Amino acid sequence: MDGENVFASTGTGVHETGRAAVVFIHGAGMDHSVWVMPARHFARNRLNVLAPDLPGHGRSEGRMLTSIPDMAAWVVRAMDAVGLDRAAVVGHSMGALVAYALAARHPDRCRALALFGPSAPMPVTDALLNAAADDDHAAIDMANSWSHSPQARLGANQNPGLWMLGGGERLLETAAPGVFHADLNACNGFDPDADTGPVRCPALVVVGEADQMTPARAGIAVSERLAQARVLRLAGCGHAMLSEQPNAVLDALISIVP
Amino acid sequence: MSKHKGPRPTGFDTLALHAGQAPDAATGARAVPIYQSASFVFPDSDFAAGLFNIERAGHVYSRLSNPTNAVLEERIAALDGGVGAIATASGQAAMHLAVATICSAGDHILSSRSLYGGTHNLLEYTLPRFGIETTFVDPRDPDAFAAAVRPNTRLLFGEILGNPGLEVLDVPAVAEVAHAKGLPLLVDATFTTPYLCRPIDLGADLVMHSATKFLSGHGVVIGGLLVDGGRFDWASGPHPTINEPYAGFHDLVFGEEFGPAAFITRARKEGIRDFGACMAPMTAFQILQGLETLPLRMARHVANAQQVAEFLADHPAVASVGYPGLADHPDHELAKRLLPKGAGAVFSFTIKGDREAGKALIEALNIFSHLANVGDAKSLVIHPASTTHHRMDAAALAAAGIGEGLIRLSIGLEDAHDLIGDLARALNRVKRMLGA
Repeated sequence: MDGENVFASTGTGVHETGRAAVVFIHGAGMDHSVWVMPARHFARNRLNVLAPDLPGHGRSEGRMLTSIPDMAAWVVRAMDAVGLDRAAVVGHSMGALVAYALAARHPDRCRALALFGPSAPMPVTDALLNAAADDDHAAIDMANSWSHSPQARLGANQNPGLWMLGGGERLLETAAPGVFHADLNACNGFDPDADTGPVRCPALVVVGEADQMTPARAGIAVSERLAQARVLRLAGCGHAMLSEQPNAVLDALISIVP
Repeated sequence: MSKHKGPRPTGFDTLALHAGQAPDAATGARAVPIYQSASFVFPDSDFAAGLFNIERAGHVYSRLSNPTNAVLEERIAALDGGVGAIATASGQAAMHLAVATICSAGDHILSSRSLYGGTHNLLEYTLPRFGIETTFVDPRDPDAFAAAVRPNTRLLFGEILGNPGLEVLDVPAVAEVAHAKGLPLLVDATFTTPYLCRPIDLGADLVMHSATKFLSGHGVVIGGLLVDGGRFDWASGPHPTINEPYAGFHDLVFGEEFGPAAFITRARKEGIRDFGACMAPMTAFQILQGLETLPLRMARHVANAQQVAEFLADHPAVASVGYPGLADHPDHELAKRLLPKGAGAVFSFTIKGDREAGKALIEALNIFSHLANVGDAKSLVIHPASTTHHRMDAAALAAAGIGEGLIRLSIGLEDAHDLIGDLARALNRVKRMLGA
């Protein structure tokens, strides 16, 4: 796209014309790998899966985008690039804002919406923004710690043998300088009222009851902006719900994506 | 000094007790339950398919994963600062799992030449049968590692404290050499445990332990652990097992799909699945019991070791003591930098006299147990020239860096004055024997 290489996972599936599609959008400073398990599920179940790395993230080249609407527009162009007309659009954290903006601005491209850990607006503390602006590791430490529930900070991962705090830290460390700050700044500057288009597609909002980054009440408020939204509360779950409760996340997706 | 302050991380001692475990949801058990079950019931067929296809989290079969083992794996990953770990049947199995996950026939390993004998056997004699060759270099010379890298080199390896001379591996320097060539560095940290050294923090990419030693700490189990630091850029070098489609998993490319956990996921989905050198859950439980007191034990181990080493260094019947905690050890300054809490509790010393003097010393000891192991709560001793290396003549021993009077000690948790007293009495007996 735009002369730059873009990476997107297909869940190790092969796209075929006529199949239903699902698009996964990652959070701030992250990449497609956070979606590996649901991506593989829907690929096995014969959906066309697209889990891109946003520009400047993960394995994608290109300049990072600085606003949520720009990211939403880019995802639509990525769908165009691989021939996906409509898809269930799924996002986590910053990716949830991108998914929300996509659904609001391009309702014809979104047949269903799943938002994990959303908040609109999504204010970011000055301490985190300032540390990220300096590419200081303290920003990673803050985000990583605050994203995990108290239990998750001690582990007990459903995925055998994986230490969640370590995985979260390493993934954020892979972000190129400036990327994490640009993403956080985009979250901080997101104006939900600018996206006035009603979101009428079926929607699911998933909130973690132990989420410190985007508290459950903020996610519930987002659901009230959507015409047909269900809310799923994950007991004991922090913001890092994809790693903390991967089976509950997949069950939630199965209820909305196909 | 950063002007930004992140949240205070959970401390090492707390992680040693809690990491990887929540109180058992079904029973409330506070201790880690021993899930002595070969396999686990699937809720339904689609869930089962999801487990096999890495869509679902959970357990299938205890060769692949087990809930008790998973607690241990998370705990060591937390203590070592990694992203994940796999528990194996032994330290040797952990070493083999690391090699087998990275290397194929035709590949080359670059290793420190100061190694545990079992590891040396694997690299020097056994792996060549499978087409994997190893070059051995001086662990004190990072340039030697750089000079010996070949186009087919896939892995650098060393022990943080070498065998038998306790050469301290300059992990940051060797890691720099490795990364400049697009290669990962695997470090055997058995002698230090994460309490004394976290090689991943120093630049290593993978860490292995013989958990038989200090991690379990009581000499009751055989087990190993392989930890993935999660920081190595596998795309920086030719690593086809990570970067290319794997036919054994429907053309999955682990490096693309699993981010920082690419290596450890490949190791579980292929190496543990196919080679099968898994840990028994009872063993995992016993190692977890040891880990709970690791900080307390290691502090005592190294404090005792320092006292014993200083005593031996001053004894007239002792020719030399090879302990990095002593100022005359060639790596003393490096040890102070990399191992500020202590240089471990295993070291060797050489008594004056020949092979018979060594045997006599061993037989005169009462508290030290004469056996082939290290890292027990009890102090241990072995005389290589009359046991593990008894077939070698004096010249062959010298070539291996082992003198006829070399004695290896593993210092335990007894009162230091009792250990010193035991050694003093035995040394005096040898001294009298030599005098006669």
